[in-house]
Amino acid sequence: MFRFLRVNMATKSCVFEDIPEEYAGLGGRALTSTIVAREVNPICTPLGPHNKLVFAPGLLGATNSPNSNRISVGCKSPLTEGIKESNSGGQPGGHLAKLGILAIIVEDMATEGEWWQLEISKDSAKLVPSTVAGLNNFDAVAKLVEQYGKDCSYVTIGRAGEFKLTAASIAFTDRELRPQRHAGRGGVGAVMGSKGLKAIIINPEGGKNHPLVDEEGFKAASKRFAKALTSHPITGKGLAEYGTAVLVNILHEAGGLPTRNFTCGQFEHHEAVSGERMNKLTKERGGEGAVAHGCMSGCIIRCSGIFPDEKGKFKSKWPEYETLWCFGPHSNIDDLDLICTFDHMCDDIGVDTIDVGVAVGVAMAGGGIPLGDGKAVMEAMKGISEGTPLGRIIGCGTATTGRVFGVRRVPCVKGQSLPAYDPRAVKGVGVTYATTPMGADHTAGYAVTANILSCGGKVDPLKKDGQIELSRNLQIATASVDSVGLCLFTAFAILDIPDALAAIVDMLNAKFGWKLTGDDVVTLGQRILSTEIDFNRRAGITEAADHLPDFFTDEPVAPHNTTFDFTPEELQTTFNWIKK
Amino acid sequence: MSILIKLSTTLRDMVPGYEPETGLSVSLKDGESSITAGELASRIGIPLEEIKIVMINSRQSELASVVADGDRVAYFPAVGGG
Repeated sequence: MFRFLRVNMATKSCVFEDIPEEYAGLGGRALTSTIVAREVNPICTPLGPHNKLVFAPGLLGATNSPNSNRISVGCKSPLTEGIKESNSGGQPGGHLAKLGILAIIVEDMATEGEWWQLEISKDSAKLVPSTVAGLNNFDAVAKLVEQYGKDCSYVTIGRAGEFKLTAASIAFTDRELRPQRHAGRGGVGAVMGSKGLKAIIINPEGGKNHPLVDEEGFKAASKRFAKALTSHPITGKGLAEYGTAVLVNILHEAGGLPTRNFTCGQFEHHEAVSGERMNKLTKERGGEGAVAHGCMSGCIIRCSGIFPDEKGKFKSKWPEYETLWCFGPHSNIDDLDLICTFDHMCDDIGVDTIDVGVAVGVAMAGGGIPLGDGKAVMEAMKGISEGTPLGRIIGCGTATTGRVFGVRRVPCVKGQSLPAYDPRAVKGVGVTYATTPMGADHTAGYAVTANILSCGGKVDPLKKDGQIELSRNLQIATASVDSVGLCLFTAFAILDIPDALAAIVDMLNAKFGWKLTGDDVVTLGQRILSTEIDFNRRAGITEAADHLPDFFTDEPVAPHNTTFDFTPEELQTTFNWIKK
Repeated sequence: MSILIKLSTTLRDMVPGYEPETGLSVSLKDGESSITAGELASRIGIPLEEIKIVMINSRQSELASVVADGDRVAYFPAVGGG
């Protein structure tokens, strides 16, 4: 019953296809990256007709496994010019899996200026002229809900995507039909915009979960996995109570909280923008605010919280740590309410909070926005939606902004901005930034675990020893987790509780009748990375691109006064299974 | 001289009157020149099993690590994000 949905934006054909043999057993990131690598010419123009946009739920989507309804979005990135997999929560992943659609492959382009929306239900898929063109995500979804109802889920781009800005995201509705879960990174929203696709409406009615080969076995394994998640202090309690924002204080303390565009590793007003304060204000203000909120069905970690304004009205989802950081310490702003407003604007206009937030701090470094000036940032952010020159510049992300304002310190790798961990003070994640085929991305190999959080072992964050191996192993494991449809945060439990990985393998075997072992998970992760790296090589991105900007190797950062001191040759040993 | 203690998340609730902005200052006892991070935590009433991460002067440390007068010590329970 599994099938692909192939959509051609030029001819408007929407065809369900049997899954070709070579894609058997793949889901999520494994599937999007394999399809992109096989079907997209690596030297194509990312915003042209030869690029394809692929959506794929994971292998455990729409099952009773906890936290398994994530969705992967793949394409050639207009930001990095390499392969991209950007990953999101929300409801559409589970809904597509329920309809048996393992991937949507969007090809070619509509006539420029035309906007279309894709209606998907159990037995049909068709493109119709969009009723929401020109609207940002929240208005667009509200109007679509009036038209299609509350039981559907929605995938949309805001005006940033329509403008094809290279930091544009794709929004996925959460359980309350708010478009605030995003495939944020790499400009995937610009690719959707280039195709003329404004929205996807998914009606899950009548869809049935894939029959399980061994129903009892699945149930037992799923229970074990749930137990691992609820018994681990991070996935069982910590993330629900404080969100990812809990990291503000710990990274400050560790000297790894990049401040004022990576010129210092500590922010004197860290407490004002911390997870502890967000938790306290959310509880005090009450109303529509919520501590412990899940962004998708089946989530038992519930990190996504809702932040209320002073009157208790919905203001934003809880910003992620990275968002708090880039609009906060990185931009010298310590006003939590204001940062939450920026977070909501990013969700509404449809841009990556990281690449745009980092761009704001970089614009400040170059004199384009006054340092720490919240009102000026607000104007610049509105400008993204209005299409002003400054709005378009920051909407294209950090690398573009750095060029326009002549900035010395532009924290990007392969055109994508660094997230919220200074690689001189958290060296393991620096290895990941430098080497992942995605461009700088903490989630690709989250070495903050062993460097800072004492999770999955301990590796001294200030030393080089063990960092390459740590990043390698995490990049491999992450590629597999992204393919199963699991939320990456399940990794905290997987790293510390041996039975968690065994339970995932048992669930896959029980669902599909496979005989996988833990080793196969490693092999799958390596295969995905090899595929992605090969695409990049064919796109002209060589090993020479696997390095950090030289200010990280030139300038020691306080308080530890360390530099990022890996040589290119050392970094090139990360993917040691790939023959040169 | 004294030791500055910084606490995070749930650990704050275990020390009545803890002020997040200023932290907590603790003086060593007369004649005491140093103490371990674990002993210091016990002295302010935090059960050791609640502590997952210890940093002394922003360096990753252990409960057995020695703390001296003038140091800054931060304690965290198991936390994570990303």
